[in-house]
Amino acid sequence: MNSRLFSLIRKEFIQIWRDPRTLALILVMPIVQLFLLGYAATTDVKNISLAVWDQSQTPQSRAFLDAFRSANYFRIAYSVGSQAEYRMLIETGKARAALIIPPDYANRLQEGNAQVSMVLDGSDATVGGTALSTARLIGQSYATKVLTEQLALTGRSATITPPVEVRTQVWYNPDLISAYFNIPGVIGMILSFITALLTATAVVRERERGTIEQLIVTPIRSWELIVGKILPYVMLAFVDVLEVLIIGHWWFKVPVRGDLGLILLLSGLFVLSSLGIGLFASTVANTQQEAMLTVMFTMLPSIFLSGFFFPLDAMPKFLQIVSYAVPLRYYLVIIRALLLKGVGVDALQNEIIALTIFAVVIMGAAALRFRKRLD
Amino acid sequence: MSESVISVQNLTRRFGDFVAVDHVSFEVEQGEIVGYLGPNGSGKTTTIRMLLGLLEPSEGKATVLGYDAFRQSEDVRARAGYMSQKFALYDDLTTLENLTFYGGVYGITDKNRIKQTLELVGLTGHESTLTRSLSAGWRQRLALGIALVHQPKLLFLDEPTSGVDPTARRAFWDLIYQLAESGVTILVTTHYMDEAEYCERVGIMRDGKLLAMDTPTNLKQKVIPGDVWEVFAEPLQDGLNALHEIDGVLRVGLAGDHLRTITQRGMKKTALQTGLDSKGVHVANIAAGEPTLEDVFLSLAR
Repeated sequence: MNSRLFSLIRKEFIQIWRDPRTLALILVMPIVQLFLLGYAATTDVKNISLAVWDQSQTPQSRAFLDAFRSANYFRIAYSVGSQAEYRMLIETGKARAALIIPPDYANRLQEGNAQVSMVLDGSDATVGGTALSTARLIGQSYATKVLTEQLALTGRSATITPPVEVRTQVWYNPDLISAYFNIPGVIGMILSFITALLTATAVVRERERGTIEQLIVTPIRSWELIVGKILPYVMLAFVDVLEVLIIGHWWFKVPVRGDLGLILLLSGLFVLSSLGIGLFASTVANTQQEAMLTVMFTMLPSIFLSGFFFPLDAMPKFLQIVSYAVPLRYYLVIIRALLLKGVGVDALQNEIIALTIFAVVIMGAAALRFRKRLD
Repeated sequence: MSESVISVQNLTRRFGDFVAVDHVSFEVEQGEIVGYLGPNGSGKTTTIRMLLGLLEPSEGKATVLGYDAFRQSEDVRARAGYMSQKFALYDDLTTLENLTFYGGVYGITDKNRIKQTLELVGLTGHESTLTRSLSAGWRQRLALGIALVHQPKLLFLDEPTSGVDPTARRAFWDLIYQLAESGVTILVTTHYMDEAEYCERVGIMRDGKLLAMDTPTNLKQKVIPGDVWEVFAEPLQDGLNALHEIDGVLRVGLAGDHLRTITQRGMKKTALQTGLDSKGVHVANIAAGEPTLEDVFLSLAR
């Protein structure tokens, strides 16, 4: 390596080392985010708190409640005696749903036209939606069971089956664990965040302190300056990738089905596009604060438009088109596919091409603006 | 062409409508210490930046060390040293790390060269001090060391003494003389009049124009239009007003506890005395003053 580049990289590492708070942030932040998203940001709905008003108080009504209890989705948290009571529980958020069994339940069950009612708190759409569909499912399967039993009592054929049955098969993540979906996302987010933010501030810091002027009057070349500034942060970003992969795999049991070399290689491609964003931001901003805000400004939309939290398929057409300009979008497809599906390069061609184009364009634009001149 | 180290012809730089440097021409010979004197914003830094190829001239031409300052700026930069007014140091690096870094950037990996530079600027013993805890005077020396680490033939110093105490300034100038003696050519900007006196030649800048460039002695003789007097009068303000009305008085200014005035050459001390007496101003003393570059500057700025 030439002495100019080597000196720059060594200097940058000394500076990173002298700033232990930033270093700790770089190394610890991914772990914190990993645990936050691995545990807290789960969309798996379980243990919905349920209030029950059983006006029937018969063996039949208790059997119905058992059906609710045995499915893990609901937790019978309150037994109430009036409408006012469950209303209050739902209003205060103590219960998410209320199940009301009418007094004549047992009799009407005998006649074959029993009705129970369910009140749901729809203010949290995720929980409400899950509660709604699972309550329906539990009700249906219980009804089928009752019908089968009644038919058996009359001595007719002992089982009934619906005329159409959908048999589902979930590939790659059969238990639909959120963490499997989120942790690859964390890798993408960390990569783009660390590299873009740190490069932008590291370059702007030189301008803020006036050291860029001193650097420019040395024989150092533009590309050496760019590479020397960003290479240390690329290395740190890769430390983070490995960190998240290792913890994700051993702690959260996220499968790593694809080729590790390919994962690192394509992560490198994505890092290039993030670096381009950071470098470009550094040519626009005059202070570290401005640089940080500029990067943040690109970060938020890219997180929302990458399919990290919200599925792109469900977005309006316009936003879907905008999302094609978001490199994280392609990387998330790549990293999720590599980790969970274990596919090879051929399945990811389009994403790889898109990322390459983005990296070349943004790096080119940044390099053009980053000239070794002051005006 | 002569073998001038710096040769500038009609160098001009505009920023929009503002003319920062306006048709400036001068030559600097090898081993000279040339001062560039002028208030802030008079175009000194812009001139240096053009000489280093950091800014493109709008007009004119500059040759530095035989290279075109703009088109061959890489050649100029490899051979010239530059110390900016900001003292561009990394606060979070030590003295030695700063010097080693800039040395490496110039391709100097020999530890002895770095040590020699440290010794030259008198920082031996402070190698592992963090730059942010150095005093302004030490920082200035380190910044000079950085400009010197590749042993340049030409040194640009942009306001090298701003914010530094007088003792450190004096020591700094001793070092500059030492360098000039060893054959290094030095172009130094300053807005301290007394400091400009240390230079072999001084150029005076104002509003982007180079008003004059000569030795301090010649400037004083040629530019100041008359004799300089120091007048100790009581009260000062009345004295100032009275002097203005005396025939033959060209300029009057306050100078601390006395008045400084330039009169037509050959005017007698008694003429001033009578003039002031007739206006009823009490005069304690009138003495012939030593012309300074400040007088030159004021005379030119008229």
